[in-house]
Amino acid sequence: MLEQQLINALTLGSVYALFALGFTLVFGVLEVINLSHGAVFMVGAYAAITAVTRFHAPLGVAILAALVVSGLLGLTIDALILRRLRARKAPHLIPMIATLGVTTMVTSAAQGLFGVEVQRFPEAMLPTGEFVFGEVHLRTLELGIVAVAFLLMALLFGVMRYTRQGRALRAIAESPKAAALLGINVEGLFMLTSFTAAALGGVAGVLIGLNFNAVTPMMGAPILHKGIAVVILGGMGDIRGALFGGLFLGCAEVLSKAYLSSQMGDAVAFGLLFLILLVRPAGLFGRVLERKA
Amino acid sequence: MNRVSKHFSLALAGLLAVTAVAGDLKIGVAEALTGGAAQYGVPIRNGFQLAADEINAKGGVNGNKLVLVIEDEQGKKEEAINVFKKLIFQDKVLMIFGPTLSNSMFAAGPVANAAKVVAFGTSNTANGITEVGPYVFRNSVMESDVLPVTVSTAVKHYKIKKVAVIYGNDDAFTKSGYDVFKKVLEDQKIPVTTTETYVKGDVDFKAQLTKIKATNPDAIICSGLAEEAANIIVQARGLGLKAPFIGGNGFNSPKMFEVSKTAGEGTFVGSPWANTNPNAANQHFVAAYKAKYGSDPNQFAAQAYDAMTIAAAALKTVKITGNLPADRQALQEALPKVSITGATGPFKFRQAAPKDGKPSGYDADQKPFIYVIRDGKFVLFTGK
Repeated sequence: MLEQQLINALTLGSVYALFALGFTLVFGVLEVINLSHGAVFMVGAYAAITAVTRFHAPLGVAILAALVVSGLLGLTIDALILRRLRARKAPHLIPMIATLGVTTMVTSAAQGLFGVEVQRFPEAMLPTGEFVFGEVHLRTLELGIVAVAFLLMALLFGVMRYTRQGRALRAIAESPKAAALLGINVEGLFMLTSFTAAALGGVAGVLIGLNFNAVTPMMGAPILHKGIAVVILGGMGDIRGALFGGLFLGCAEVLSKAYLSSQMGDAVAFGLLFLILLVRPAGLFGRVLERKA
Repeated sequence: MNRVSKHFSLALAGLLAVTAVAGDLKIGVAEALTGGAAQYGVPIRNGFQLAADEINAKGGVNGNKLVLVIEDEQGKKEEAINVFKKLIFQDKVLMIFGPTLSNSMFAAGPVANAAKVVAFGTSNTANGITEVGPYVFRNSVMESDVLPVTVSTAVKHYKIKKVAVIYGNDDAFTKSGYDVFKKVLEDQKIPVTTTETYVKGDVDFKAQLTKIKATNPDAIICSGLAEEAANIIVQARGLGLKAPFIGGNGFNSPKMFEVSKTAGEGTFVGSPWANTNPNAANQHFVAAYKAKYGSDPNQFAAQAYDAMTIAAAALKTVKITGNLPADRQALQEALPKVSITGATGPFKFRQAAPKDGKPSGYDADQKPFIYVIRDGKFVLFTGK
């Protein structure tokens, strides 16, 4: 049973990590807790499902559609709201509340546009493969999610660490003002970040929508809560943190459900989160304290 | 136009507007049309609308048209109270259908009861709803009437010795279903290997199911809504868990098959309604709903459809005097006498036991059907 539970933890953790990647990226660069990430995630899933059911697109094209549509939504949110708030030097709380408002608007719009009922990808579209090792079962789709989560994390980490844009982004994260003085196109990179983060959120929406084959206007809310916990645990804005935070939360949840009680899943996971923050207030990979010094 | 004639024509227009609606029967509909509970509230609203349109197309009730005043109570207690007050005091409706959730009925029901206006729930299944007072009605069958029959039928069929249980523990509907299951299992002396829970919004149930698999039960009892339940079944089969499922009221929706396909084969469900129930009223309802809304109806739409038919049957026996309190009272007195055969089969009311010496409202008095899933469909279980 333990082997299966570890696999369960790995897939659940990867789902959390996939969602948290875009979320943490926006925080790391823009220093905004973007509460509309859950709504963007949902829009990505709907974009893919519309591409598939309305335009009979293959899965690859659907994922691309999700990437573009949610990326553009992210750009729009940045242009209409976040950029204006930045220009007025609004305190941290304001963009957070503003993006909460965006969530309500986008969710209601989706309810009006697509209806309140659950929508699904057509059966034929779903990868049905399965690996069975003795008592342990793992579906191809789950394996795909785990792979994509690790791959994207590695890719983002590499970009941030080794490319010119990445260096510029890290400079902005240190101080947008100093970065601008150095000739970095700060606004342009902010837009790029908003697009990338939202596009990642949209892709996560498709993969997770596929995995549980359920797309609803409300699908962003529960995962947003977990996503916030993952990002805090991993260290706000840290890309490795999103992955390991996600895996940690997945493990804590699954194992406490398995060996304690399923009522205790969230209690244990969030209790551990609390304990870790007592020891490491900036999260597993956080550098907030160093930066302040 | 001078000022006097302008006022005169306005008054005239107002008069015309009043005379135009003099023969209308205003019925309030307070359901959750936005928010999380909208997935129930919207089909319910559709069920009402379909029934009212059909009744009006046949000339209405004694020549009077049914006019629905539809309000969104958002699935929130506070909003349900506000909407009830608006419908009762401002719109002056004869009676109110709704609200969607049991929690909201506990909050808003007393408002209607105090104003002596019928509040008719079509989706409230929690215990004690009708203890609010004699103006509270419901045609939603309580799980305590359905589940004992479901469990004993399945136990007999599969020769079940021990079961595992999984349920949603943060939802009044699925939790109350679990409480009933628990009592039924105790009464029928069936041991439980393990009891697992999940919360609303969960999409990954593999941890709980892996644990259930290790206890090797003969069947799995699940009190959940159709969406969650279907995912639970799919994930159970994905983990190699082959025991059959026994479901609560929430299973009863075509949604079960959209997700679970053939994974749900052999599942036992008890319900007042199923889309394949062959009675004529139901076949007509299923076809008409699909034609009007382009999707399959669910149990909630069926119960709303029947509720409107019940109200129309009661209104037929009431002489509308135009004196609102008297008409409301006459309707309350006429409703308990109604007996119809609708989409959910033969129906009549049963007055709930009085609470603290005060009279209670009226529950549904309906026999459940036991269905088993075969070839991706609900099939009426006939003992084989």
